[in-house]
Amino acid sequence: MDLNYGAEYEDFRKEVRKFCKEWKGVNFKDSAKIPMTQAFKATGVTISRSEWQSTLIEKGYFARSVPKEYGGFGGDSDIIKNRIIASEFSNANIPAAMGGQGIDMLVPTLLELGTEEQKKRYIKPTLHGEMIWCQGYSEPSAGSDLASLQTKGELINDSWVINGQKIWTSTAQYSQMMFCLVRTEPDAQKHAGISYLLVPMDTPGLEIRPLVDMTLKAGFNEVFFTDVTIPKENIIGKRGEGWAVANATLGHERGSLTDPNATVNRVNFLIDRMKEERLDGTRLIDMPVYRDKLISIQAKVMAFQSNSLRVLSSKLNQGQDTKIAGMIQKLVGTELRHELEGFAVDIMGEVGTLYEDSPHLRDSGSWQFLYMYYLGLIIGGGTSQIQKNIISERGLGMPREPKAQGV
Amino acid sequence: MYFGLSEDQIFFQGNVSKFLEDQASLDIIRSITEGDSLKLQGEIHSGLVNLGLGALLIPEEFGGLGLDLLFATAVSQSLGGGVAPIAFTGSYVMAPLAIIFGGSQRQKEKYLTQMSNNSIRIGVGFSQYIGARDNSTIEINNNKISGRSLFVLDAKEASHLMLSDANGVVGLVSTNSSGVEIVELTAVDKTRSYSEVTLNNVDIDVLEQTMSSKDAINKAVDGGRIILAADSIGASQRLIDKAVAYSKERKQFGRVIGSFQAVKHMCAEMASDLEPCYALVWHAAYCFNNSPDEARLMACHAKSHVSEISKMIAKKATEVHGGMGFTDLMGLHYWFKRIGVNRHILGAPELVREEAANIQNF
Repeated sequence: MDLNYGAEYEDFRKEVRKFCKEWKGVNFKDSAKIPMTQAFKATGVTISRSEWQSTLIEKGYFARSVPKEYGGFGGDSDIIKNRIIASEFSNANIPAAMGGQGIDMLVPTLLELGTEEQKKRYIKPTLHGEMIWCQGYSEPSAGSDLASLQTKGELINDSWVINGQKIWTSTAQYSQMMFCLVRTEPDAQKHAGISYLLVPMDTPGLEIRPLVDMTLKAGFNEVFFTDVTIPKENIIGKRGEGWAVANATLGHERGSLTDPNATVNRVNFLIDRMKEERLDGTRLIDMPVYRDKLISIQAKVMAFQSNSLRVLSSKLNQGQDTKIAGMIQKLVGTELRHELEGFAVDIMGEVGTLYEDSPHLRDSGSWQFLYMYYLGLIIGGGTSQIQKNIISERGLGMPREPKAQGV
Repeated sequence: MYFGLSEDQIFFQGNVSKFLEDQASLDIIRSITEGDSLKLQGEIHSGLVNLGLGALLIPEEFGGLGLDLLFATAVSQSLGGGVAPIAFTGSYVMAPLAIIFGGSQRQKEKYLTQMSNNSIRIGVGFSQYIGARDNSTIEINNNKISGRSLFVLDAKEASHLMLSDANGVVGLVSTNSSGVEIVELTAVDKTRSYSEVTLNNVDIDVLEQTMSSKDAINKAVDGGRIILAADSIGASQRLIDKAVAYSKERKQFGRVIGSFQAVKHMCAEMASDLEPCYALVWHAAYCFNNSPDEARLMACHAKSHVSEISKMIAKKATEVHGGMGFTDLMGLHYWFKRIGVNRHILGAPELVREEAANIQNF
């Protein structure tokens, strides 16, 4: 066991720290148009989000291993540097590079499976925040059983003509492009009949309807397709290979849903809050029941963080077996975060239920918002129940659920 | 950067597991806990000591192996997995740690050398420091000790007892001294021994540094907590393995029960709760060796968190086995009880969490 990253990395950490200091308080003039942008206190310069992306790419703090010709930094993939960047940005409360489904899921998929032309065309604007993507996977009747999707794509006169409906489409209203799964081979077996298509959102026949979630923010949308016609070459992989292409990206999403650094910072923020917050004059941190629960959550966060260090280590050291440690991260990370945020709401009592712009609101209502938001993440990207199926079947070798009759 | 057990640690751990598999089957464990096989227990103890368990943490200059706490942690996982009937936490972890961190040069030479050649064995009783029950008190004055200590670990075969008072002053007494009375307590876990020790003006060799500093007793307690947590991880893993294996064999309604989601999800929950415990406990052992500022807090987290998780696993794994899980025939209760006692030794979770809050000045 050796948790030192070595002198080279400690120098790198210093460099990142200096950068964070220089850019403290940076904020964005176009936040409203960019999805998932966390609000940061505007005490520094105001720039556009894509200028921020370019700055980060230039320093190698984002898109490190994406080749220069596709708009990346063109360096070696370096997990430790990525981790140092994430933790220093998080500690300094500096906005991280944009994430989202284009960057986290489509770009890795294109790098792995896209044609040269697709890579040249899509990766650069995506990394620079100029081309935003949404993911068209789930349908009203195809949720956990995603492969039963029915949105239809037919090749007519060298174009794909798409009809059907997608749901839970985050950020569709901001997006220029959608990557989606469409049934193109109706006669093939369920998983073999799907293709992975790229659809410009301004194509005629495509309609977006916002779907307001329990946080009362329009996080999702429904997207309807009526004879949406796109060029034949807008496909990743071959016809009928879409399921394998999608599985490559789902792997990327499960890894990206839970960030242990953010969870550690959140528990530290909770401790600060408990030292300030009082009930009948007593600090919450001095109340035995709350104190006990806080420490038990802190221990879980430490366990989660240690587990993710172990997973990180397995990526650096060939042959280290951490199969289950990697498999549980989505389940454990989202459930833990929901518990943490919910606990903060609970200890504040009635005040914890305040929302939006209420008087007496604490911390911009972030505890209540994230408590609900993380329920969404527990369900999205493969529900906790689906995760448990995966862990029991692939991790513990337990039998698969028998197929239902007549399906 | 490498986070995990080393090849050497995994190899050593494997040797201990293999030895227990061969020499300490469930039938043997059963007969030992029924008090019928003291000779066999002695042989298992000797076998494990021959593998190096007694001298693991003792520095090489005193004839030991000079290994660190992570090594002992790896071994402890195997001992828990095999519900090994051996005094490890007290005799071979806490006792050497207290002497290494609290003893004078003379005391180190005297005790550590004898420990490494297995000519003495030490039971450990720190209840006064952790939290005293039944009004027991210990007074140490002018190299004499009087009073009563409960839940002394590993006293049964010991030649010496290491005892502390409420302030963390630690010393050693010989069990042959007049005025020492040892009464064995019967806890649910009978794979290891727990005793009540009464002392009436007995000579005590107080570890020099412990007169002015709590560092040594804290190191011993931290180490003991990490080792107990590792023992519970080993026991929990064995329970999960047994539950999963059973669920793949046992049929009801024409299917193996492991194909029912209700059962699969119980197993997935156990696995996903236990897996981060390995990382937490190894991380705590790493901090014990390398990062003194974080060491105490990490040891508390390891002990309290693993205690909670393993308690839940002991319950769920038994449930997966249905009625058979509840029987002595299946023997799952040996692991259940081992976990149950580990949870309380050196502080139940609530006590340890309060300590963790205090360490952080909350």
